[in-house]
Amino acid sequence: MPEKEEISEDTLEYISKLALLDLKEEEKSKLVKQLSEILIYFNKLNDLDTENIKPMTHPIEGLQNVFRKDIPKKSLSNEEALKNAEHKKNGFFKAPKILKG
Amino acid sequence: MEVHIQLTKLRTKLFCSCNSDYRDAEPNTHLCPICIGLPGTLPVINNKAIEFATKIALGLNCQINEVMYFFRKNYFYPDLPKGFQISQYNKAGGKAFADGGKVTIRLNSNKKDILLDRIHLEEDPARLVHKGSIRTSPYTLVDYNRSGIALIEIVTEPVLSSPAEAREFLNQLKLIVQYTGISDLSLEGSLRVDANISIKGHPRAEVKNINSFKEVESALIYEIMRQKNEIKKGKEIIQETRHWDGRVTIPLRTKEFEKDYRYFPEQDLVPIIITKKNIDEIRESLPEMPYERVSRLQHQYMLSEFDAENLILDKDIADFYENGVNSDPTFGPNEFKLYCNWLMNDIVGWLNENNSKIIDTKLKPHYIVDLILNIKKGTITTKMAKTMINDMMKGKTISKILEDKDKKRISNEFILEKYCKEAIEENPNIIKDFEKNPKAFEALIGRVMAKTKGQADPKITRKILRNLLH
Repeated sequence: MPEKEEISEDTLEYISKLALLDLKEEEKSKLVKQLSEILIYFNKLNDLDTENIKPMTHPIEGLQNVFRKDIPKKSLSNEEALKNAEHKKNGFFKAPKILKG
Repeated sequence: MEVHIQLTKLRTKLFCSCNSDYRDAEPNTHLCPICIGLPGTLPVINNKAIEFATKIALGLNCQINEVMYFFRKNYFYPDLPKGFQISQYNKAGGKAFADGGKVTIRLNSNKKDILLDRIHLEEDPARLVHKGSIRTSPYTLVDYNRSGIALIEIVTEPVLSSPAEAREFLNQLKLIVQYTGISDLSLEGSLRVDANISIKGHPRAEVKNINSFKEVESALIYEIMRQKNEIKKGKEIIQETRHWDGRVTIPLRTKEFEKDYRYFPEQDLVPIIITKKNIDEIRESLPEMPYERVSRLQHQYMLSEFDAENLILDKDIADFYENGVNSDPTFGPNEFKLYCNWLMNDIVGWLNENNSKIIDTKLKPHYIVDLILNIKKGTITTKMAKTMINDMMKGKTISKILEDKDKKRISNEFILEKYCKEAIEENPNIIKDFEKNPKAFEALIGRVMAKTKGQADPKITRKILRNLLH
Protein backbone atom coordinates (compact mmCIF):
# COMPACT_ATOMS: atom_id res chain seq x y z
CA MET A 1 0.00 0.00 0.00
CA PRO A 2 1.46 3.42 -0.93
CA GLU A 3 2.27 5.61 2.05
CA LYS A 4 3.30 8.71 0.11
CA GLU A 5 1.30 11.97 0.18
CA GLU A 6 -1.43 11.75 -2.41
CA ILE A 7 -2.70 15.31 -2.13
CA SER A 8 -0.49 18.13 -3.33
CA GLU A 9 -0.57 21.72 -2.06
CA ASP A 10 -2.01 22.73 -5.42
CA THR A 11 -4.86 20.25 -5.17
CA LEU A 12 -5.64 21.47 -1.66
CA GLU A 13 -5.60 25.06 -2.89
CA TYR A 14 -8.03 24.15 -5.66
CA ILE A 15 -10.52 22.21 -3.57
CA SER A 16 -10.49 24.81 -0.81
CA LYS A 17 -11.43 27.38 -3.44
CA LEU A 18 -14.33 25.20 -4.57
CA ALA A 19 -15.42 24.86 -0.96
CA LEU A 20 -15.06 28.63 -0.45
CA LEU A 21 -12.62 28.10 2.43
CA ASP A 22 -9.79 30.49 3.30
CA LEU A 23 -7.14 28.30 4.92
CA LYS A 24 -4.27 29.45 7.14
CA GLU A 25 -0.79 28.09 6.42
CA GLU A 26 -0.75 25.77 9.44
CA GLU A 27 -4.21 24.45 8.52
CA LYS A 28 -2.97 23.73 5.03
CA SER A 29 -0.08 21.53 6.12
CA LYS A 30 -2.36 19.73 8.55
CA LEU A 31 -5.04 19.15 5.91
CA VAL A 32 -2.63 17.95 3.25
CA LYS A 33 -1.56 15.24 5.69
CA GLN A 34 -5.09 14.33 6.84
CA LEU A 35 -6.67 14.29 3.39
CA SER A 36 -3.80 12.16 2.09
CA GLU A 37 -4.38 9.66 4.87
CA ILE A 38 -8.08 9.50 4.01
CA LEU A 39 -7.26 8.94 0.38
CA ILE A 40 -4.79 6.20 1.17
CA TYR A 41 -7.38 4.56 3.36
CA PHE A 42 -9.98 4.61 0.58
CA ASN A 43 -7.41 3.31 -1.88
CA LYS A 44 -7.81 -0.01 -0.13
CA LEU A 45 -10.99 -0.43 -2.18
CA ASN A 46 -8.84 -0.66 -5.29
CA ASP A 47 -7.41 -3.93 -3.97
CA LEU A 48 -10.73 -5.61 -4.67
CA ASP A 49 -11.49 -7.10 -8.04
CA THR A 50 -14.80 -5.53 -9.16
CA GLU A 51 -14.57 -6.64 -12.76
CA ASN A 52 -17.81 -8.64 -12.73
CA ILE A 53 -19.71 -6.75 -10.04
CA LYS A 54 -22.75 -4.73 -11.03
CA PRO A 55 -22.49 -1.16 -9.66
CA MET A 56 -24.79 -0.54 -6.71
CA THR A 57 -26.46 2.85 -6.79
CA HIS A 58 -28.83 2.40 -3.87
CA PRO A 59 -28.30 0.25 -0.79
CA ILE A 60 -31.95 -0.76 -0.53
CA GLU A 61 -32.70 -3.16 -3.35
CA GLY A 62 -36.16 -3.29 -4.83
CA LEU A 63 -37.54 -0.10 -3.36
CA GLN A 64 -38.70 2.28 -6.09
CA ASN A 65 -41.25 4.98 -6.93
CA VAL A 66 -41.72 6.41 -3.47
CA PHE A 67 -43.92 9.42 -4.14
CA ARG A 68 -46.19 11.85 -2.36
CA LYS A 69 -49.29 13.66 -3.59
CA ASP A 70 -49.16 17.29 -4.73
CA ILE A 71 -51.01 18.65 -1.70
CA PRO A 72 -49.62 21.67 0.19
CA LYS A 73 -48.95 21.49 3.91
CA LYS A 74 -48.28 24.24 6.38
CA SER A 75 -44.79 25.74 6.24
CA LEU A 76 -42.65 27.15 9.04
CA SER A 77 -43.16 30.75 10.08
CA ASN A 78 -40.49 33.23 9.07
CA GLU A 79 -39.33 33.42 12.71
CA GLU A 80 -39.03 29.65 12.99
CA ALA A 81 -37.21 29.39 9.65
CA LEU A 82 -34.65 32.04 10.63
CA LYS A 83 -34.29 30.88 14.23
CA ASN A 84 -30.91 29.18 13.77
CA ALA A 85 -29.47 31.76 11.38
CA GLU A 86 -26.67 33.84 12.83
CA HIS A 87 -26.92 36.52 10.16
CA LYS A 88 -30.29 37.80 9.03
CA LYS A 89 -31.90 41.01 7.79
CA ASN A 90 -35.53 42.00 7.11
CA GLY A 91 -36.75 38.41 7.02
CA PHE A 92 -33.89 37.27 4.77
CA PHE A 93 -30.91 35.06 5.50
CA LYS A 94 -27.81 37.20 5.13
CA ALA A 95 -24.76 35.81 3.34
CA PRO A 96 -21.39 37.29 2.35
CA LYS A 97 -21.11 39.04 -0.99
CA ILE A 98 -20.80 36.75 -3.98
CA LEU A 99 -18.37 38.60 -6.22
CA LYS A 100 -14.96 39.17 -4.71
CA GLY A 101 -12.95 42.32 -5.32
CA MET B 1 -28.89 26.77 -24.68
CA GLU B 2 -30.22 25.58 -21.35
CA VAL B 3 -33.77 26.59 -20.60
CA HIS B 4 -35.14 26.25 -17.10
CA ILE B 5 -38.89 26.14 -16.76
CA GLN B 6 -40.64 26.17 -13.42
CA LEU B 7 -43.57 23.79 -13.20
CA THR B 8 -45.80 26.58 -11.90
CA LYS B 9 -48.97 24.48 -12.18
CA LEU B 10 -47.75 22.26 -9.34
CA ARG B 11 -49.13 23.21 -5.95
CA THR B 12 -46.11 22.08 -3.96
CA LYS B 13 -42.34 21.96 -4.34
CA LEU B 14 -40.46 19.04 -5.90
CA PHE B 15 -39.33 17.31 -2.70
CA CYS B 16 -41.49 18.76 0.07
CA SER B 17 -45.09 19.87 0.65
CA CYS B 18 -44.39 23.61 0.96
CA ASN B 19 -46.76 25.72 -1.13
CA SER B 20 -45.13 26.53 -4.46
CA ASP B 21 -47.11 29.75 -4.90
CA TYR B 22 -44.37 31.99 -3.56
CA ARG B 23 -44.52 34.99 -5.86
CA ASP B 24 -46.37 37.50 -3.71
CA ALA B 25 -45.22 36.00 -0.42
CA GLU B 26 -42.99 37.60 2.19
CA PRO B 27 -39.42 36.25 2.01
CA ASN B 28 -38.72 32.93 3.73
CA THR B 29 -42.31 32.04 4.56
CA HIS B 30 -42.69 28.98 2.28
CA LEU B 31 -40.06 26.85 3.98
CA CYS B 32 -39.80 23.61 5.86
CA PRO B 33 -36.84 21.66 7.24
CA ILE B 34 -36.50 19.81 3.89
CA CYS B 35 -36.19 22.82 1.58
CA ILE B 36 -33.78 24.67 3.85
CA GLY B 37 -31.69 21.54 4.10
CA LEU B 38 -31.73 20.96 7.84
CA PRO B 39 -29.80 17.85 8.89
CA GLY B 40 -31.73 14.62 9.04
CA THR B 41 -34.52 15.61 6.69
CA LEU B 42 -35.60 13.39 3.83
CA PRO B 43 -36.94 14.53 0.45
CA VAL B 44 -39.98 12.81 -1.09
CA ILE B 45 -40.79 13.19 -4.79
CA ASN B 46 -43.98 14.95 -5.89
CA ASN B 47 -45.70 12.43 -8.20
CA LYS B 48 -47.34 15.18 -10.22
CA ALA B 49 -43.88 16.53 -11.08
CA ILE B 50 -43.04 13.20 -12.72
CA GLU B 51 -46.32 13.37 -14.64
CA PHE B 52 -45.63 16.94 -15.81
CA ALA B 53 -42.07 16.11 -16.84
CA THR B 54 -43.44 13.18 -18.84
CA LYS B 55 -45.94 15.52 -20.53
CA ILE B 56 -43.34 18.01 -21.68
CA ALA B 57 -40.99 15.21 -22.74
CA LEU B 58 -43.77 13.81 -24.94
CA GLY B 59 -44.66 17.28 -26.25
CA LEU B 60 -41.02 17.76 -27.30
CA ASN B 61 -40.81 14.28 -28.86
CA CYS B 62 -38.12 13.11 -26.44
CA GLN B 63 -37.30 9.52 -25.56
CA ILE B 64 -38.24 9.02 -21.91
CA ASN B 65 -35.92 6.82 -19.88
CA GLU B 66 -37.80 4.15 -18.02
CA VAL B 67 -35.35 3.77 -15.13
CA MET B 68 -33.69 6.78 -13.58
CA TYR B 69 -32.49 8.19 -10.30
CA PHE B 70 -31.55 11.58 -8.99
CA PHE B 71 -27.99 12.82 -8.45
CA ARG B 72 -26.42 15.36 -6.14
CA LYS B 73 -24.65 18.19 -7.91
CA ASN B 74 -22.26 19.68 -5.36
CA TYR B 75 -21.23 23.30 -5.27
CA PHE B 76 -21.14 26.00 -2.65
CA TYR B 77 -23.23 29.04 -3.29
CA PRO B 78 -25.69 30.79 -0.96
CA ASP B 79 -28.64 29.82 -3.17
CA LEU B 80 -28.18 26.15 -2.24
CA PRO B 81 -29.04 25.47 1.40
CA LYS B 82 -27.75 21.89 1.34
CA GLY B 83 -24.48 22.56 -0.50
CA PHE B 84 -25.79 20.50 -3.39
CA GLN B 85 -28.65 20.59 -5.84
CA ILE B 86 -30.74 17.48 -6.42
CA SER B 87 -30.70 17.07 -10.17
CA GLN B 88 -30.27 14.39 -12.79
CA TYR B 89 -27.13 13.27 -14.61
CA ASN B 90 -26.73 11.35 -17.82
CA LYS B 91 -23.26 10.00 -17.04
CA ALA B 92 -21.69 7.77 -14.38
CA GLY B 93 -24.45 5.22 -14.87
CA GLY B 94 -27.17 7.86 -14.60
CA LYS B 95 -29.88 8.74 -17.08
CA ALA B 96 -31.51 12.00 -18.05
CA PHE B 97 -35.27 12.21 -17.59
CA ALA B 98 -35.51 12.01 -21.35
CA ASP B 99 -33.11 12.16 -24.29
CA GLY B 100 -33.33 13.76 -27.71
CA GLY B 101 -36.41 15.54 -28.99
CA LYS B 102 -36.81 18.56 -31.21
CA VAL B 103 -38.58 21.86 -31.71
CA THR B 104 -39.32 23.01 -35.24
CA ILE B 105 -38.91 26.72 -35.86
CA ARG B 106 -39.64 28.90 -38.84
CA LEU B 107 -37.47 31.87 -39.68
CA ASN B 108 -37.93 33.89 -42.87
CA SER B 109 -40.10 31.07 -44.23
CA ASN B 110 -37.31 28.52 -43.70
CA LYS B 111 -38.04 25.65 -41.36
CA LYS B 112 -35.36 24.27 -39.07
CA ASP B 113 -35.39 21.51 -36.46
CA ILE B 114 -33.72 22.58 -33.23
CA LEU B 115 -32.50 19.29 -31.81
CA LEU B 116 -32.56 18.72 -28.09
CA ASP B 117 -29.91 16.90 -26.15
CA ARG B 118 -31.89 16.00 -23.02
CA ILE B 119 -34.29 17.19 -20.38
CA HIS B 120 -33.81 16.96 -16.61
CA LEU B 121 -36.03 17.34 -13.61
CA GLU B 122 -34.37 19.25 -10.77
CA GLU B 123 -34.94 21.66 -7.89
CA ASP B 124 -34.75 25.43 -8.20
CA PRO B 125 -32.18 27.23 -6.03
CA ALA B 126 -33.08 30.17 -3.80
CA ARG B 127 -33.56 33.74 -4.95
CA LEU B 128 -30.67 36.06 -4.15
CA VAL B 129 -31.28 39.73 -3.47
CA HIS B 130 -28.52 42.28 -3.74
CA LYS B 131 -28.31 45.79 -2.46
CA GLY B 132 -27.89 47.68 -5.71
CA SER B 133 -25.78 45.82 -8.23
CA ILE B 134 -24.53 42.25 -7.73
CA ARG B 135 -21.03 43.68 -8.17
CA THR B 136 -21.12 46.33 -5.45
CA SER B 137 -23.57 44.85 -2.96
CA PRO B 138 -21.82 44.50 0.44
CA TYR B 139 -23.76 41.31 1.20
CA THR B 140 -26.24 38.87 -0.30
CA LEU B 141 -29.76 38.35 1.03
CA VAL B 142 -31.29 34.94 0.52
CA ASP B 143 -34.97 34.08 0.11
CA TYR B 144 -35.40 30.30 0.14
CA ASN B 145 -39.07 30.40 -0.90
CA ARG B 146 -38.00 29.44 -4.42
CA SER B 147 -35.64 26.78 -3.13
CA GLY B 148 -36.99 23.36 -4.08
CA ILE B 149 -39.52 24.49 -6.70
CA ALA B 150 -39.68 21.91 -9.50
CA LEU B 151 -37.75 22.86 -12.63
CA ILE B 152 -37.47 21.26 -16.01
CA GLU B 153 -34.13 21.84 -17.65
CA ILE B 154 -34.14 21.60 -21.43
CA VAL B 155 -30.73 21.42 -23.10
CA THR B 156 -30.39 21.93 -26.83
CA GLU B 157 -27.67 20.58 -29.05
CA PRO B 158 -25.25 23.32 -30.13
CA VAL B 159 -27.34 24.06 -33.20
CA LEU B 160 -28.62 27.61 -32.67
CA SER B 161 -26.70 29.92 -34.94
CA SER B 162 -28.17 33.36 -34.27
CA PRO B 163 -30.03 35.36 -31.59
CA ALA B 164 -33.08 35.38 -33.88
CA GLU B 165 -33.08 31.58 -34.01
CA ALA B 166 -32.80 31.48 -30.22
CA ARG B 167 -35.82 33.79 -29.93
CA GLU B 168 -37.91 31.69 -32.32
CA PHE B 169 -36.89 28.51 -30.51
CA LEU B 170 -38.09 30.00 -27.22
CA ASN B 171 -41.36 31.16 -28.77
CA GLN B 172 -42.12 27.67 -30.02
CA LEU B 173 -41.02 26.10 -26.75
CA LYS B 174 -43.25 28.49 -24.82
CA LEU B 175 -46.16 27.44 -27.00
CA ILE B 176 -45.60 23.74 -26.40
CA VAL B 177 -45.36 24.39 -22.65
CA GLN B 178 -48.61 26.35 -22.78
CA TYR B 179 -50.33 23.49 -24.60
CA THR B 180 -49.12 20.85 -22.13
CA GLY B 181 -50.50 22.96 -19.27
CA ILE B 182 -47.54 22.39 -16.95
CA SER B 183 -46.58 26.01 -16.45
CA ASP B 184 -47.73 29.59 -16.79
CA LEU B 185 -44.75 31.24 -18.43
CA SER B 186 -46.23 34.71 -18.07
CA LEU B 187 -45.27 34.56 -14.39
CA GLU B 188 -42.10 36.46 -13.57
CA GLY B 189 -39.03 34.23 -13.34
CA SER B 190 -40.87 31.12 -14.51
CA LEU B 191 -38.44 30.84 -17.42
CA ARG B 192 -34.70 31.32 -17.17
CA VAL B 193 -32.14 30.82 -19.86
CA ASP B 194 -28.43 30.07 -19.70
CA ALA B 195 -26.71 30.43 -23.02
CA ASN B 196 -23.35 29.00 -24.02
CA ILE B 197 -21.97 31.33 -26.62
CA SER B 198 -18.90 30.94 -28.75
CA ILE B 199 -17.42 32.39 -31.88
CA LYS B 200 -16.32 29.60 -34.21
CA GLY B 201 -12.88 28.30 -33.23
CA HIS B 202 -12.82 29.96 -29.77
CA PRO B 203 -13.75 28.83 -26.24
CA ARG B 204 -17.27 29.45 -25.00
CA ALA B 205 -18.61 31.62 -22.22
CA GLU B 206 -21.82 30.85 -20.38
CA VAL B 207 -24.27 33.69 -19.76
CA LYS B 208 -26.60 33.07 -16.84
CA ASN B 209 -29.63 34.86 -15.46
CA ILE B 210 -31.45 35.76 -18.65
CA ASN B 211 -34.84 36.05 -17.03
CA SER B 212 -37.32 36.73 -19.76
CA PHE B 213 -38.11 36.04 -23.38
CA LYS B 214 -37.54 39.66 -24.25
CA GLU B 215 -34.03 39.73 -22.82
CA VAL B 216 -32.69 36.64 -24.55
CA GLU B 217 -32.07 38.33 -27.84
CA SER B 218 -30.43 41.43 -26.35
CA ALA B 219 -28.22 39.38 -24.01
CA LEU B 220 -27.03 37.20 -26.88
CA ILE B 221 -26.40 40.15 -29.18
CA TYR B 222 -24.38 41.85 -26.44
CA GLU B 223 -22.28 38.78 -25.64
CA ILE B 224 -21.51 38.04 -29.29
CA MET B 225 -20.36 41.64 -29.75
CA ARG B 226 -18.20 41.45 -26.63
CA GLN B 227 -16.49 38.26 -27.77
CA LYS B 228 -15.89 39.59 -31.28
CA ASN B 229 -14.34 42.73 -29.81
CA GLU B 230 -12.06 40.72 -27.52
CA ILE B 231 -10.87 38.63 -30.45
CA LYS B 232 -10.34 41.75 -32.54
CA LYS B 233 -8.16 43.15 -29.76
CA GLY B 234 -6.09 39.97 -29.95
CA LYS B 235 -7.35 38.63 -26.60
CA GLU B 236 -8.49 35.06 -26.05
CA ILE B 237 -11.98 34.31 -24.72
CA ILE B 238 -11.89 32.93 -21.17
CA GLN B 239 -14.10 29.96 -20.43
CA GLU B 240 -16.18 31.46 -17.64
CA THR B 241 -19.65 32.09 -16.30
CA ARG B 242 -21.02 35.56 -16.88
CA HIS B 243 -24.04 37.30 -15.39
CA TRP B 244 -26.55 39.25 -17.50
CA ASP B 245 -27.58 42.33 -15.55
CA GLY B 246 -30.12 43.62 -18.08
CA ARG B 247 -27.61 45.72 -20.01
CA VAL B 248 -24.23 43.97 -20.09
CA THR B 249 -22.67 40.65 -19.10
CA ILE B 250 -20.19 40.66 -16.23
CA PRO B 251 -17.81 37.89 -15.15
CA LEU B 252 -19.24 35.82 -12.30
CA ARG B 253 -16.75 33.03 -11.73
CA THR B 254 -14.31 30.97 -13.68
CA LYS B 255 -16.31 28.05 -14.88
CA GLU B 256 -16.12 24.95 -12.75
CA PHE B 257 -15.25 21.79 -14.61
CA GLU B 258 -17.82 19.07 -14.61
CA LYS B 259 -15.82 16.85 -12.26
CA ASP B 260 -15.82 19.68 -9.70
CA TYR B 261 -19.53 19.10 -9.17
CA ARG B 262 -18.77 15.62 -7.82
CA TYR B 263 -22.03 14.19 -9.09
CA PHE B 264 -23.12 11.07 -7.26
CA PRO B 265 -26.44 9.24 -6.84
CA GLU B 266 -28.80 10.81 -4.29
CA GLN B 267 -29.18 8.13 -1.63
CA ASP B 268 -32.17 9.76 0.00
CA LEU B 269 -34.33 9.07 -3.05
CA VAL B 270 -35.00 5.63 -4.49
CA PRO B 271 -35.01 4.98 -8.25
CA ILE B 272 -37.95 5.98 -10.42
CA ILE B 273 -39.42 3.58 -12.89
CA ILE B 274 -41.76 4.92 -15.55
CA THR B 275 -43.44 2.10 -17.39
CA LYS B 276 -44.57 2.16 -21.00
CA LYS B 277 -48.11 1.93 -19.66
CA ASN B 278 -47.62 5.10 -17.56
CA ILE B 279 -46.26 6.91 -20.60
CA ASP B 280 -49.12 5.78 -22.81
CA GLU B 281 -51.70 6.92 -20.28
CA ILE B 282 -50.13 10.37 -20.08
CA ARG B 283 -49.86 10.50 -23.87
CA GLU B 284 -53.61 9.85 -24.06
CA SER B 285 -54.33 12.71 -21.67
CA LEU B 286 -52.22 15.22 -23.61
CA PRO B 287 -54.04 17.80 -25.68
CA GLU B 288 -53.20 18.25 -29.32
CA MET B 289 -49.79 19.90 -29.67
CA PRO B 290 -49.47 23.24 -31.52
CA TYR B 291 -47.69 21.74 -34.54
CA GLU B 292 -50.47 19.13 -34.87
CA ARG B 293 -53.12 21.82 -34.54
CA VAL B 294 -51.72 23.89 -37.41
CA SER B 295 -52.39 21.18 -39.96
CA ARG B 296 -55.81 20.34 -38.52
CA LEU B 297 -56.93 24.00 -38.61
CA GLN B 298 -55.79 24.26 -42.22
CA HIS B 299 -57.86 21.27 -43.23
CA GLN B 300 -60.89 21.73 -41.01
CA TYR B 301 -61.43 25.45 -41.67
CA MET B 302 -59.71 25.83 -45.05
CA LEU B 303 -57.27 28.32 -43.57
CA SER B 304 -53.90 29.18 -45.05
CA GLU B 305 -50.78 27.89 -43.27
CA PHE B 306 -50.03 31.51 -42.35
CA ASP B 307 -53.43 32.00 -40.69
CA ALA B 308 -53.27 28.64 -38.90
CA GLU B 309 -49.77 29.31 -37.56
CA ASN B 310 -50.85 32.73 -36.33
CA LEU B 311 -53.90 31.37 -34.56
CA ILE B 312 -52.03 28.72 -32.59
CA LEU B 313 -49.42 31.21 -31.29
CA ASP B 314 -51.64 31.53 -28.24
CA LYS B 315 -53.63 28.48 -27.16
CA ASP B 316 -56.37 30.68 -25.69
CA ILE B 317 -56.78 32.51 -29.01
CA ALA B 318 -56.92 29.26 -30.98
CA ASP B 319 -59.48 27.80 -28.53
CA PHE B 320 -61.50 31.01 -28.79
CA TYR B 321 -61.43 30.78 -32.59
CA GLU B 322 -62.67 27.21 -32.67
CA ASN B 323 -65.39 27.88 -30.11
CA GLY B 324 -66.53 30.87 -32.16
CA VAL B 325 -66.66 29.39 -35.65
CA ASN B 326 -68.29 26.21 -34.35
CA SER B 327 -71.03 28.12 -32.52
CA ASP B 328 -72.90 28.86 -35.76
CA PRO B 329 -73.81 25.96 -38.05
CA THR B 330 -74.29 28.30 -41.04
CA PHE B 331 -70.59 29.21 -41.03
CA GLY B 332 -68.56 28.06 -44.01
CA PRO B 333 -65.06 28.70 -45.42
CA ASN B 334 -65.88 32.35 -46.15
CA GLU B 335 -66.93 33.04 -42.54
CA PHE B 336 -64.04 30.94 -41.17
CA LYS B 337 -61.66 33.31 -42.91
CA LEU B 338 -63.62 36.43 -41.89
CA TYR B 339 -63.67 35.31 -38.26
CA CYS B 340 -59.92 34.72 -38.35
CA ASN B 341 -59.32 38.20 -39.78
CA TRP B 342 -61.45 39.96 -37.18
CA LEU B 343 -59.85 37.97 -34.38
CA MET B 344 -56.23 38.31 -35.48
CA ASN B 345 -56.39 41.95 -36.62
CA ASP B 346 -58.96 43.89 -34.62
CA ILE B 347 -59.30 41.83 -31.45
CA VAL B 348 -55.62 40.91 -31.02
CA GLY B 349 -54.77 44.51 -31.92
CA TRP B 350 -57.03 45.71 -29.11
CA LEU B 351 -55.47 43.18 -26.71
CA ASN B 352 -51.96 44.35 -27.54
CA GLU B 353 -52.89 48.01 -27.16
CA ASN B 354 -54.52 47.34 -23.82
CA ASN B 355 -51.85 44.88 -22.69
CA SER B 356 -54.55 42.35 -21.98
CA LYS B 357 -55.23 38.65 -22.51
CA ILE B 358 -58.33 37.36 -24.24
CA ILE B 359 -59.42 35.31 -21.23
CA ASP B 360 -59.33 38.45 -19.08
CA THR B 361 -61.80 40.34 -21.28
CA LYS B 362 -65.58 39.96 -21.44
CA LEU B 363 -65.50 39.14 -25.13
CA LYS B 364 -67.29 35.88 -25.90
CA PRO B 365 -66.58 33.76 -29.01
CA HIS B 366 -70.11 34.23 -30.40
CA TYR B 367 -69.79 38.06 -30.34
CA ILE B 368 -67.63 37.91 -33.45
CA VAL B 369 -70.19 35.61 -35.07
CA ASP B 370 -72.82 38.27 -34.28
CA LEU B 371 -70.58 40.96 -35.78
CA ILE B 372 -70.06 39.02 -39.01
CA LEU B 373 -73.80 38.28 -39.31
CA ASN B 374 -74.77 41.92 -38.72
CA ILE B 375 -72.41 43.04 -41.48
CA LYS B 376 -73.82 40.34 -43.75
CA LYS B 377 -77.40 41.52 -43.02
CA GLY B 378 -76.35 45.09 -43.72
CA THR B 379 -77.34 46.36 -40.26
CA ILE B 380 -73.86 47.79 -39.89
CA THR B 381 -70.94 48.49 -42.18
CA THR B 382 -67.44 47.14 -41.65
CA LYS B 383 -66.36 50.66 -40.76
CA MET B 384 -69.05 50.93 -38.07
CA ALA B 385 -68.12 47.50 -36.74
CA LYS B 386 -64.57 48.65 -36.15
CA THR B 387 -65.79 51.50 -33.92
CA MET B 388 -67.75 48.98 -31.87
CA ILE B 389 -64.80 46.72 -30.99
CA ASN B 390 -64.10 48.60 -27.77
CA ASP B 391 -67.67 48.07 -26.50
CA MET B 392 -67.53 44.44 -27.57
CA MET B 393 -64.40 43.85 -25.53
CA LYS B 394 -66.29 45.17 -22.52
CA GLY B 395 -68.99 42.55 -22.88
CA LYS B 396 -71.54 43.93 -25.39
CA THR B 397 -72.60 42.22 -28.58
CA ILE B 398 -73.14 44.28 -31.73
CA SER B 399 -76.87 43.53 -31.47
CA LYS B 400 -76.91 44.85 -27.90
CA ILE B 401 -74.95 47.96 -28.88
CA LEU B 402 -77.49 48.68 -31.64
CA GLU B 403 -80.40 48.00 -29.31
CA ASP B 404 -79.02 50.38 -26.66
CA LYS B 405 -78.64 53.07 -29.28
CA ASP B 406 -82.26 52.51 -30.19
CA LYS B 407 -83.41 52.70 -26.59
CA LYS B 408 -81.65 55.97 -25.93
CA ARG B 409 -83.06 57.49 -29.09
CA ILE B 410 -85.24 60.54 -28.44
CA SER B 411 -88.37 60.29 -30.52
CA ASN B 412 -90.76 62.25 -28.30
CA GLU B 413 -91.96 65.13 -30.50
CA PHE B 414 -92.45 67.65 -27.67
CA ILE B 415 -88.92 67.20 -26.44
CA LEU B 416 -87.48 67.30 -29.94
CA GLU B 417 -89.47 70.40 -30.80
CA LYS B 418 -87.93 72.13 -27.77
CA TYR B 419 -84.40 71.28 -28.98
CA CYS B 420 -85.26 72.34 -32.54
CA LYS B 421 -86.59 75.74 -31.40
CA GLU B 422 -83.45 76.29 -29.35
CA ALA B 423 -81.28 75.42 -32.32
CA ILE B 424 -83.15 77.91 -34.52
CA GLU B 425 -82.86 80.71 -31.95
CA GLU B 426 -79.20 80.09 -31.29
CA ASN B 427 -78.21 80.00 -34.95
CA PRO B 428 -79.65 83.06 -36.76
CA ASN B 429 -76.82 82.93 -39.31
CA ILE B 430 -77.79 79.50 -40.46
CA ILE B 431 -81.43 80.55 -40.72
CA LYS B 432 -80.44 83.55 -42.83
CA ASP B 433 -78.62 81.20 -45.17
CA PHE B 434 -81.50 78.78 -45.27
CA GLU B 435 -83.29 80.27 -48.31
CA LYS B 436 -80.41 79.96 -50.75
CA ASN B 437 -78.36 77.13 -49.29
CA PRO B 438 -79.94 73.69 -48.87
CA LYS B 439 -76.92 72.57 -46.85
CA ALA B 440 -77.96 74.99 -44.10
CA PHE B 441 -80.85 72.71 -43.26
CA GLU B 442 -78.48 69.78 -42.74
CA ALA B 443 -76.30 72.00 -40.56
CA LEU B 444 -79.28 72.75 -38.38
CA ILE B 445 -80.04 69.05 -37.96
CA GLY B 446 -76.40 68.67 -36.95
CA ARG B 447 -76.90 71.26 -34.18
CA VAL B 448 -79.89 69.35 -32.79
CA MET B 449 -77.86 66.14 -32.89
CA ALA B 450 -75.04 67.84 -31.03
CA LYS B 451 -77.43 69.11 -28.36
CA THR B 452 -78.84 65.61 -27.83
CA LYS B 453 -75.48 63.85 -28.05
CA GLY B 454 -76.59 62.11 -31.20
CA GLN B 455 -79.69 60.63 -29.62
CA ALA B 456 -82.35 62.59 -31.51
CA ASP B 457 -84.27 60.48 -33.98
CA PRO B 458 -83.08 61.94 -37.30
CA LYS B 459 -86.33 61.31 -39.18
CA ILE B 460 -88.58 63.04 -36.63
CA THR B 461 -86.11 65.89 -36.14
CA ARG B 462 -86.12 66.52 -39.88
CA LYS B 463 -89.94 66.62 -39.96
CA ILE B 464 -90.20 69.02 -36.99
CA LEU B 465 -87.55 71.37 -38.33
CA ARG B 466 -89.22 71.50 -41.72
CA ASN B 467 -92.57 72.38 -40.08
CA LEU B 468 -90.99 75.05 -37.89
CA LEU B 469 -89.23 76.74 -40.76
CA HIS B 470 -92.20 76.87 -43.12
